[in-house]
Formats: sequence, structure tokens, C-alpha cells
Amino acid sequence: MTVHSVSLVIAGSGGAGVVTAGSLLLEAAANAGWYAMMSRSSGPQIRGGEAAAMLRFATEPVMSHDDSFNLLMAIDWENIGRFSAEIPMVADSLIVGDPAHGDAPAALLNGKPRQAALAMTDIAGRIENGRPNMVALGAIAALIGLPPEAMQAVVEKNLKRKGQAAIAASMAAFHAGVEAAADLPPIPRLPAISAAAAPRWSITGNEAAGLGVIRGGVRFVAAYPITPATEVLEWLAPSLAKVGGTLVQAEDELASINQIIGASYGGVPAMTATSGPGLSLMIESLGLAVAAEVPLVVVNVMRVGPSTGIATKSEQSDLNIAVYGLHGDAPHIVVAANSVADCLFTSQWAVHLAEAMQVPTIVLTDQAMGQSRAIIPRPAELAFIGQRETAKQAVEGERYKRYAVTASGVSPMAIPGTPGLTHTADGLEHNEFGTPSSQASDHLAQMDKRSRKLSQFNYGDHWADIEDFGSGADDAPQEVPLGDTAIITWGSSTGPAREALQRFSDAGGKARLISIRLIAPVQPERMAAALKGIRRAVIVEQSHSGQFYRMLRAFYDLPAETVSLHQGGPLAFGPARILEQLNQWSA
Amino acid sequence: MEAVAQKYKAKDYKSELKPIWCPGCGDYTVLNAITRALAELALPPEEVAVVSGIGCSSRIPAYTSVYGFHGVHGRALPVATGLKLARPELTVLVTGGDGDGFSIGGNHFLHACRRNVDMTYIVMDNQVYGMTKGQASPTTSPDWEGSKLTPEGTGINPFQPLVVGLASGANFIARVSSSDPVNMAQIIVEAIRHPGFSLVQVLSPCVTFRPEQAEWRDIVRTAVVDYTGDAARAARRLMTDDGFNVGKVLFKGERPPFRPEFEVTDGSVAQLEARFSL
Repeated sequence: MTVHSVSLVIAGSGGAGVVTAGSLLLEAAANAGWYAMMSRSSGPQIRGGEAAAMLRFATEPVMSHDDSFNLLMAIDWENIGRFSAEIPMVADSLIVGDPAHGDAPAALLNGKPRQAALAMTDIAGRIENGRPNMVALGAIAALIGLPPEAMQAVVEKNLKRKGQAAIAASMAAFHAGVEAAADLPPIPRLPAISAAAAPRWSITGNEAAGLGVIRGGVRFVAAYPITPATEVLEWLAPSLAKVGGTLVQAEDELASINQIIGASYGGVPAMTATSGPGLSLMIESLGLAVAAEVPLVVVNVMRVGPSTGIATKSEQSDLNIAVYGLHGDAPHIVVAANSVADCLFTSQWAVHLAEAMQVPTIVLTDQAMGQSRAIIPRPAELAFIGQRETAKQAVEGERYKRYAVTASGVSPMAIPGTPGLTHTADGLEHNEFGTPSSQASDHLAQMDKRSRKLSQFNYGDHWADIEDFGSGADDAPQEVPLGDTAIITWGSSTGPAREALQRFSDAGGKARLISIRLIAPVQPERMAAALKGIRRAVIVEQSHSGQFYRMLRAFYDLPAETVSLHQGGPLAFGPARILEQLNQWSA
Repeated sequence: MEAVAQKYKAKDYKSELKPIWCPGCGDYTVLNAITRALAELALPPEEVAVVSGIGCSSRIPAYTSVYGFHGVHGRALPVATGLKLARPELTVLVTGGDGDGFSIGGNHFLHACRRNVDMTYIVMDNQVYGMTKGQASPTTSPDWEGSKLTPEGTGINPFQPLVVGLASGANFIARVSSSDPVNMAQIIVEAIRHPGFSLVQVLSPCVTFRPEQAEWRDIVRTAVVDYTGDAARAARRLMTDDGFNVGKVLFKGERPPFRPEFEVTDGSVAQLEARFSL
């Protein structure tokens, strides 16, 4: 991937059609047989304002952005300097701007990139209904090696409703851009791929999370809008209806969490999606779901905190609240997706876990993966369907025990409507019948049971993605790691870590990746096995206080030589910074 | 109630548990009235759910033999909303007090009235927080000096639950007194039968922290006019009311109950996935 990838940014003011252009390019790249990922950054304006579409193209699935970009195509310069930290331009990079809009802002030039001019406005002006963003797309296509046919198909599909004239105008502008690119300096090109590539999907992390919960069996969703989680809910609203489910907009997050508690108590698997401030409001009721043993899923798309923080940008800083936020001793599950594609797997798995153990499950994703669109290999079918153990029939002469103390810790749940098994589910501590109790013995018996059902569950291999890098590495992780070095990470930091390890192994290094999916309950035995023979570890996360590192220190035996790479968002650790640490050790 | 043999009797809806309430508490008669009403409606116990939050009156679910859910403070209405929308065939009641419903749960109260999901909300209003030993609630009068927390009174005008409920869109509004359980049962029957969100305020004295409320028994009077379907008239009545006109339905609206709109399709997960496929 390090060799066969191109990274570029399309930027401009509101109305310049930056995100549209990025989306067209992504789809065209897929037509050409490539893989791609696109993330977006925008200013704080509600409508319009500066925007940037950041894209990376490769001949293999894209897991992360690169350390810098090969190309910045600026349709105009309005406020684009604000993105300078997010779009590093280095000496090899090329900035292309329109002379009609003046010079590039100084903030973009610190890395001394090459500069060139493309008269997008002029060229577009010579074509009836021509638009500068289509000229830009033509130039980009020519620079990176994207065949024009790939774009033709996409334009025809997307502009079908606007008619032939619109398609012709767009393609004329596109071809004018292709021609004009002959005068631009070169950037790396991707090789063409045969069209017979493996089946692929175009999906965002937020859509994938929504699809995952539907696959897992969720049929009730309560929704309160919050950036950057809203798209999960907006995708679910029409989609859930198509499979017979219900979505309700709630008055606030206190209501949305309690609505899904009510629906799930009624026997219908339920979820909601939110982000940090909303999760904070839901915490008390998550404790209720623990005590009353009501299964549910909350997808928390992390953004920069605390408080309102930076609503539109990513950070991995809700780990602590997800794991420790509930008052009392409140065993629950926290899982984390580690890529756009994995949002599907992890959210589907979460429904399975929640239903099997009758426990609230928090899925942590983040803005970076949630709002990124990626071309991914078609995801596998998964067997994880939520299946709740229910009590179906009354036993003659026996009063139903909703919270029966069982060996597994899971008590068969009677769903309202079932004759003879009526009971009251309660957030008050209770005995086996559900009757409120302040007795120490009842509290301890129920605490043991609620904790046991999580500790005795077989989570299989999904607790973490473990991958070995270096010559001799197989697809499946070895019993004993190849090298003596590991990266331990989670969530969005996994992509750059994977790429750093790829580069490390390309240079002859050997190391192991451990990306933890099951954040809580912790899995010390599995971790000990994964770390067998590992002498050095680097912990990578996007948190100012190193929340993940501290959690690992608290629950796991880490190698004597362990380095914590942590920084607050919204900038991610690029692969190079992680590689630097690995190289320090091998030097 | 009628003398004919009924399929269910009120006691069929009661659990074995002994309430934690003080002797003389108004909530006992509310429990009786709810169970009488369910018997009158002859609803199988397993097809009824009672949902509550936190407070003395929120203990009711466990004292019934129907399905119950006893959640956290102030959130009974959203739990009931989710339950009813996920399981429309169930009869859903919500029970609670003035603090739970109008203070900590106030926003849900507004939106439950507005949303008009088919359920019945029975609020036992005693103008005090009883479970925490006697603090002023949203319906307490401003000059009540009985609380250590506000020894000189709150100085704040009381919340008007029925006025607010009407303005927010409740589809059925009634006020009853715990001193007349037979009438209360009849009103609850009507409230359950009426489609949409039904609000029943019960004047339910707290004998421990508001002993002066024992006088309510003598103050309350049966409302002289029958219900109206005209919200403007109902509003005028409620705004000029001293809070002690009880025993009758005040307002019955005709808004259809809320059901989430969705296109009826025989879609499959595979069809959803196909949209991502290139």
C-alpha cells in the first residue's frame, strides 16, 4: 500500500462543490478497480463555509490517511488556511490553485510544496454550464491515472435526472480539465486495475454501524440528533422501516435511552446513536439497564471533548466515560470498531452480545471513521444475530424469578404478553423475583450474577484483531509472535498503526498488531497469550491524557518496555510518527 | 362497579407485596382504583404494563400483578413511550408523583402530551417530595414553610399540570380525588379507553409531610360541568379553577394517537445491503 497509493485534497468555499467532487471521484475510482477512502472537514458554518474532501486512493483497501498529501486542488482559497494542520503539504506535494482567486495562503506553504496554476474558472467559463469543480476533477483524473471512462459512468449515473445536456456540460468541463493537466507537474499515478476486481461496497462508518445493528436484529431505534452521530440515525430511519422496524425522534437523550429501554423490555432489540454530550446524559439510565438487565446498544460516535468541544472533529477520548462513567459497580460491555468496515462487524456483534447477556453495550466509533466513506471489499455474512434467552411458560406452583441466580448469570426473561410470568423489572436492588430489597445478601447475589454473566461469556477471537507483520507472517496470527515488538491500539488509531507496521516489515522488521475490540470486560488471559514473547510495546491512541494506556496499565501485564504515544485530537497520529518509535527500537 | 360476575376481580391485579406507604396515604386508594379499572376492562394481566419512575407513588408497579417497570427518577414516560411503540397491543399505564413527572421529568411530560402516544398517565399529586422526607415540589404553594430546604417557602408559583398538559396536547384530561376510589376507577377506565395520551391528576394527600391535606376530603367538590372537546373552553375552565373541582373528565380531544409513519414494504436486509454494492 505504501507504494501504490495517492493522497489528495479538494478544497474550496461553500458552493464550490468540493464534497460532491470528492464523492464523484471516489465512485469513479471504484469503477477503475481501485480502493479509496474520503474524509471531510468543514468550517463551523451551518451552511456553506470552507470545506475539504480528503481522499486516498490505492490498489488495496485503504485503512488510514497518509502522513502528507500528494496534491491539493483548491477551487478557491477561502479560509483554506484553517485546514493547514489537517492537510500537511511537503516538498513533493503539489498545490494547484486558480489564478482567478489569487495566491495560496502562507499557512499551506510551510512544507515548501510545489505550486502550479490551473485556470478552472476561465476554462469552465468557455463551456456552456461548465463548472470549475468538474475542470478540477478532469485535471485530478489525468494526474493520478484515472481513466476518463470511469468518470463518464459516474457522471451519467449521478446526473441522470438533470438530463443529457447537464451530463454533456459536465463531461466537457471534465475533458477540458484533462487536457489542461498536460501543463501541470506530475504526481504519483496509480496503475490501472482490471475491472474484474472482487465485489466491493461504498459505505461510511455511520452507515455501516446502522446496517450492523439491523443485521444483528435491532428493530426499534430512538433518535436525538447530534454531530457526528446523526447520519447513523438518518440512515436508519428509512432503512429500518423497510425491514419492519420503528424509529422515533425523542425530545432529548434522556428520552432516547429510556425509550429504547422500554422497547427492549417489551422484547424488541433496540438501539440509539449519540456522541459524547449525549452519552453523558444517558449514563444514569445505562445503569438502570444494567440493574434491570435490559439489553440495548448505544453507538457513541466520538468527537473532541470535553463539553461541546469540537463537534465536527474526531478524538478517542470517551473511553473513560464509556468504561467507568456509570455509578455503582455496573458491569456492562464496551466494544470499539477499528475501521469504517469494522463499524459493521462490531455493531452487529454488539447486538449479539447485548441480547445474549441482557446487558447494555456501548459501541465506540468516532467522527473520523463515522463520517468517512470508503470503498471496501464486500463484508462477509456474519452469524451474529441477537438471541435473548426468554421464559415462555409458567411452571405450575412456582413463582417466576425474573432475576434467578443461574450458573451462567443469565436469567430467562419473560416478555410482556407472556401469561403467568408477570413481574416488575427494577432499577432498585432486588431479589430473584424482582422485589426491591435492601438486604446485603440480595445485593451481593445479584452483583455476582450480573458480573458473572459477562466474565463467563465466550467472546471468541473477536476480543481483538491480532496481526503479525514481517517475513514469514501468515494471515492468521502465530502462536508465538514473529518479533518481540507490538503495537497495542484501538479504534481509529488502528489504521495508521497497521500502515506503520507494513512499512516496518517492508524494511525487514517484525512486529505484532493488537487492536482491542472488546474494551470491557477486560481479557487479561487472552492479552497475556497475545503478548507472549513480546518485550516492547507501543500504545497508540488519540487522547490527551492517555486514557487507553492507563486502562491497559490497570488491567494488563504489559512488557517492561512500554511507550505511550498519546495526543489529543483532532489530528491523528500518522503512520510515520508510529514508525519512528518502532525504528528507534530496531536501530 | 356492576354487580354481574366479572372475568377478573380487582384483587387479581394485586401482588402479594405490602406497600411501603404510610397508613392513610392517598396512594392506597389509587392502587385500588387502578386494579378495579383493569377488572372492569377485563384486561388479561399479562397484556398490561405499568411503568414508573421514582417516588412514593412510583412504587405502584410492584404492587400490581401485571407487567411492571420501575425505572429511574423522571423517565417513566419515555420508557412507556418506547414500550407502547414497540408493542402497540399492550395497554400501558404510567404512575408517578408530581416531583417525578413535573420537575425532573418535566420535559418528557410536555413531549408525551404533544406526541399523544396511546397510554394513560396517572399522577398522584401531593404537592411534596415524600420519599426524601418533605421538600417542596413543583405543585407546592409558594408560602409553604414546612421544608427545611425552603424554610421561608419557595416564593415560586405552583406548576399547573392540567393547563400545561392541555397546552401541550394531551388528548384526555381529568382530575380526581383519592377520597373517592369508585369514581376514580371509572375515570381511569375512561382514560384507558380514550385513544391517545390521557392525563389523570389525583389529589392524593401526604399524611406525613402535609398533614393539613387531610382537609382536602372536605374541600373537593364534584365539577359541575361535563367535559368539553373544545380546548379553548377547557383552558378557560382550568385557568379559573381553584384545583379542587374533581370527579369528572375535563377535556377529551380527538387527535389520533401517534404511530410512527413508515412505508409498509416487504424489504429485506439484502436489499439494504444492495444499495452499498458497486
